[in-house]
Order: sequence, then C-alpha cells, then structure tokens
Amino acid sequence: MTRSEKTTKIAIRNLYKIFGANPASVLDKVKAGMSKEELMESHRHVLGLNNINVDIKEGDITVMMGLSGSGKSTLIRHLNRLIEPTAGEVLLNGENVVDLGPKELRRLRREEMSMVFQHFALLPHRTVLENAGMALDVRGLPRSEYESEAQKWLDRVGLTDVGAQYPHQLSGGMQQRVGIARALTSNSPVMLMDEAFSALDPLIRTDMQDLLLELQDELKKTVVFISHDLDEALKLADHLVILKDGFVVQQGEPQEILMQPNDPYIVDFISDINRARVLRVRSVMEKTGEAPAEVAGDVDRDDTLEEVIARSEGRTDLTFRVMHKGRQVGVLKMTDLVKALVPTAAAEDGLRSSAA
Amino acid sequence: MATYDFVFEGLGLEDWCEAGGDGAAPMSMDALMAQSSGEEAAPSLWDLPFPSMDALNEACAAFPQSRNVTLGLENGFLAVKDSISVVLDPITQPLSWMLDGALYAILNTPWWIVIPLILAVVWMVSKSWQLLGFVALSIGGLAFIDYYSYAMQTLAIIMVCAFLCVLLGVPIGIAMSRSDRLRAGTIPILDMLQTLPPFVYLIPLIFLFSVTEPKLYGIAIILYAIVPVIRLTDLGIRMVDESVIEAAEAFGMTDRQKLYGVQIPLALPNIMAGVNQTIMMSLAMVVIASLVSAPGLGVLVLRGINNLELGVGLVSGLGIVLLAVILDRTTKAALDRINAAQKG
Repeated sequence: MTRSEKTTKIAIRNLYKIFGANPASVLDKVKAGMSKEELMESHRHVLGLNNINVDIKEGDITVMMGLSGSGKSTLIRHLNRLIEPTAGEVLLNGENVVDLGPKELRRLRREEMSMVFQHFALLPHRTVLENAGMALDVRGLPRSEYESEAQKWLDRVGLTDVGAQYPHQLSGGMQQRVGIARALTSNSPVMLMDEAFSALDPLIRTDMQDLLLELQDELKKTVVFISHDLDEALKLADHLVILKDGFVVQQGEPQEILMQPNDPYIVDFISDINRARVLRVRSVMEKTGEAPAEVAGDVDRDDTLEEVIARSEGRTDLTFRVMHKGRQVGVLKMTDLVKALVPTAAAEDGLRSSAA
Repeated sequence: MATYDFVFEGLGLEDWCEAGGDGAAPMSMDALMAQSSGEEAAPSLWDLPFPSMDALNEACAAFPQSRNVTLGLENGFLAVKDSISVVLDPITQPLSWMLDGALYAILNTPWWIVIPLILAVVWMVSKSWQLLGFVALSIGGLAFIDYYSYAMQTLAIIMVCAFLCVLLGVPIGIAMSRSDRLRAGTIPILDMLQTLPPFVYLIPLIFLFSVTEPKLYGIAIILYAIVPVIRLTDLGIRMVDESVIEAAEAFGMTDRQKLYGVQIPLALPNIMAGVNQTIMMSLAMVVIASLVSAPGLGVLVLRGINNLELGVGLVSGLGIVLLAVILDRTTKAALDRINAAQKG
C-alpha cells in the first residue's frame, strides 16, 4: 500500500508555537517570515514551531527527527495538547484537538493517545503492575479488572515476573518496557513516543527498537516517534520528518531522503551514517520487468546493500535480479550500488538553494 | 527651647502646637533632670537628638509622644477584642472540648491500658524492637518516679494540637502549592509566626480568651507549630518530578486524581518531615504554654523556676527530653519506612 492510499490519522496544519510573554503579538511577524534569531533579538520571544504541516498516516511509524532545540519534543506535545499551540490545527480523525474542552481532552488522552517518555516517568510509589494498568486505573476500573490486561502486556514486552516490584528496582531498559506496556494497556490507536529509547544503553536500545517493530507488525498502531538518532530514525520510520529550528526541513520516505536530500543540513546529517546498511535495493535498482542478460542471482527489494555486497563477494561487474513476492520488479547493477554508497550532495531545488 | 522648634516654625504650625500644648503630657526624664539642675543644656551638635516623636513633642506639645503609639495599639485592640471574641469564641470552642476530652480520657483510663496502647502504636508505626524497648523503658521510668500523669497530659495536648496542625496545615500547604499568589501572601505570615517570640502570642490571646480555657494554650501551640507542616507540604508538592506529573496528564488524570494519586503520595516524605517538625515544636511550646495554665510537665518546670526547686525542674526537663526523643524517633521511623517504600 502506498502512502497516498493510507488514511490520514493525524493531520498537523499550519502549526505555530511561540514562547514568551505575549505570543499572539508577534505571530504576524513570524508568519511574515521573521527568523528565530531576529525574534529573540528584537522581541524576546522564542520561536518553538514554525508553520508545521505533517500528515501522520494510520498504521505508520512516523519519526520526527532533529537535534535538541529543533522543536521535536514541543511538536509531539501538541498532539495531545500537553502544550497549547499559538496558532494552527491538529486534526485527529478530522476533529480539531485544539478546540476540545477539558472533558473531551481527557477522553482523548485516556482513550485515543498514549505516551511513552524519555525518562520513563513511572509512578515510583506504585508497583510495576499498577503502573502498567495506570491508563485503565485512571478510567476508574478497579484493580481486579485491569490486572489481567496489564499483566498481558507486561508479558508481551518480556516482563513476566516483576509485576509486584517497584520501578526503582528495575534497570532502565526494564523500566522503559513498563513504560511501553503502560502505553499498550491503554489500548489507544495512537502511541506517542518521546525519545523513548534515548536514555538507554546502545545494546538495549537496539533490543527495544526490535521490540517496537515486532509489536508494530502485530498491532499496526499509529506511532509518532521522536528521536535525535538518525540510525534509529532510519530503522523505524515509515515516514521521516526532519525538523530544524522549529520548521520542517524535509519529510518523506527515509530512503528517498537519503537518496535525494534537499538541504545541506540534511546532507550533514546523513553524511556520517553507514549507507550500505541503511539503503535498500529498491532505492538503487533500475525498475524493469525485463530479465537482464547475465544474472548473478536474485535479491529481494527490501534487502540492504550490505547484504548484496556480501553476496557479490566484492565483484562489481555483476547484475542481480530484484524480486518482490516472487515477481521480478527490477534490476540491480553492482556499479550503481557502489555509486549509491557515495553521499549525495543536496538537491538543487532544496530549501537552502531556493532561498539563496 | 527645644532642638526641633525650627521645624514647626518653618511649617507655620506654632498656633497648632500652642493650642494642643495643655502641658499635661508627662515630662520626660531628661527634661526633669534639666529642670532640677536649673540650667538649660547648651545645645551642641554632638548631642543632637534623633527627630523622634519624643524629641518633636518637646518642640511642639501638640505632637504625640511615642508612648501614645503603644497605648493606641492597646486601646485599639481592646476596642475590637469583644467583637473578635464573638467570632473566635464559638469557632475555637471545639478545641477546648478536644483538649479537655483528651486530658480527661488519658488521665481516667488505667495505666495498664494506656501504656500498652502507646507501645502498640509505636510498634505499628516503626516496626522496630529497639525503639519499642526504649519507649517502654522511658515511660516506665517516668511512671516509676510518679511523673506518669504529667507526662501523659503533655502527650495528650501534643497529640491533639499536632493532629489539628496536620488537619489544617496540609490543605493550606496544598493550596499554596497550587497558587503562586497565595504562596507569596502566606509566606510572610509563616515567617512572622515562626520568628515571633512564643511569649508574644500569649499576650493578645490572654486578652481574647479566658486564662482558664484550654483553647488559649491550644491556639498558641497550633499557631507556633503549624508552620513546618504547611511549608513542607507546599515544598513537597512543588518538588514532585515534572515528568511524572506530565505523564499523569498525558494519561488523562483529573486534577483530583493527580492530587491524591500522584502529588500527595510523592510528597509524603516531605509532609512527614513536616509532621515531625510540627510535633517537636508543639512540645517546645507546651512548656511555655504552662504559663497560661497548660497542664503537664511544663507546670513542673515552671514550679522548678518559681520555687527554685532544682530537682523538680531538672527531672521534669529530662522527662520532656525523653518525650521529645520518643516522638522524634517514632515519626522518623515512620518517615524512613515511607522513604524505603518509594525511593528512586
């Protein structure tokens, strides 16, 4: 299913957030194009988000990435209105979250969206099981009713025997599993993850990413994931949004951003990654149904380039047939593959070049 | 001829001064000395008096003397005291009943019920054998030298007052933690209550209530001891981890759920530290309150001072120390158990 065929679960429309004494007074200046630095200099207001437009598709993992200060954590908090926007709309199933009253907003937070936090934010005075069942407890269910549901999700994230312990008795990775179980127990269609794995050790982080992908395969939730780690973003994202200084620099399919970065900022960003491990055959292949003359073998369209290089044993004169669901979808020449390993310069029509 | 004549001359107020100068104002000591020595002091810059009310009064008889300030305050208080009493008396009456009831109950229940009851409470709160043994020894010792009833009176008063401090102080602290404006208004009052010498509370209270009424010392103790529990409740709630509060909000907790499910439980170690302080301050005040007829060990201390009965004073003083240690250790043990349950 291509992106355009999917239903839009959350639509962010022209969202602005300005921090300061009187944000409304400077909104027009920001809309007219005043920069973050200028706004700080002359009006003592901080520009948090600048005209954000993102469609979050149902069942996708949408990753919002940027360095600290880029506004990504601010943006995710607008989705369940932990932060009020200065202007703009957040449409959940077509309904504007910004217009909700306190009661409807609570219902949304209880039933529509759950959240996982960078520093876990578990309740230290409640047991792991009670923490996992928090969402149901908040809705007023007695312990006897939410217990089995909470235990089910604790089992699912690999924490079977720790229900009676307190969060501080667990390691960071285990605490975040509780955090994920807590979000899953609420059974909400949307899951917001704010740098959920950033505070974990690299190895545990990889484990957790695999856990998330595995859960996602099964549950097909709409996940909004915040990260400052490009490898993590590329691994998880169906749709990648790159933020800088409060505006969206580029968004799209991760492979597409890698192959066609439209801004020097993104080129910088992606220049350090291992392209062979991240790029997939489908991004490099030539689309054709015709069989090539000499076929060295078949590869899947979702194989990484690294896997193909391993199969080619370093020879660059080979040509592979690219298969998908048992059908040929393209042809991959090793020479093209090697070329793709060189980082691309920013596309000519990028934000920066068009501005200059 | 006085130093500051020129002020009133300059302002053209001589007429007013003379009209007011009935000469009835009491003469100051200096003036009397000057009169009796029969010579006008030669004015020198070295002797220049501060332009105080008394100095200005010398120059202008119509200007009030400084003693009029304290006098005015006193008269003002006496004028409103009756109307204050009408309001305060019925409101504070339950305090009298509670103190009377507690004193009556603890003195008319046989010791073989009261002492085991105290020990049971200590055990429930602390779960510590050492503390239990210490409390049993201390109370046994006090009872053995016939200080049992005094010690129990003191304990009863502290219990009632500390209970009321918590009952009133925790909600005030919660309200303060939610409103910065309320906090800004309350903190100076708390500072004043904490620094005002305890004897000073007693003076207006004596005017407002009859000295024979228990609520007189009850109010004095509560005013003095309520401060820490208010402060630490406010502090405790404000110190609750922001991210936990954010999580509570993100999962759609109502304000009430947040308060009872997150903020109060997480602030509990601080609130308990406040309760501990409040109990210790009640104990300090209950001794001073014996000046206004609070029964208990304080009466014996007072007797020791008044009659120079060294032994009585020392033993009762030691008894107060024992009570203090018992109360402090017991509440601290409770605090430690809370801390152990939710550290991290």
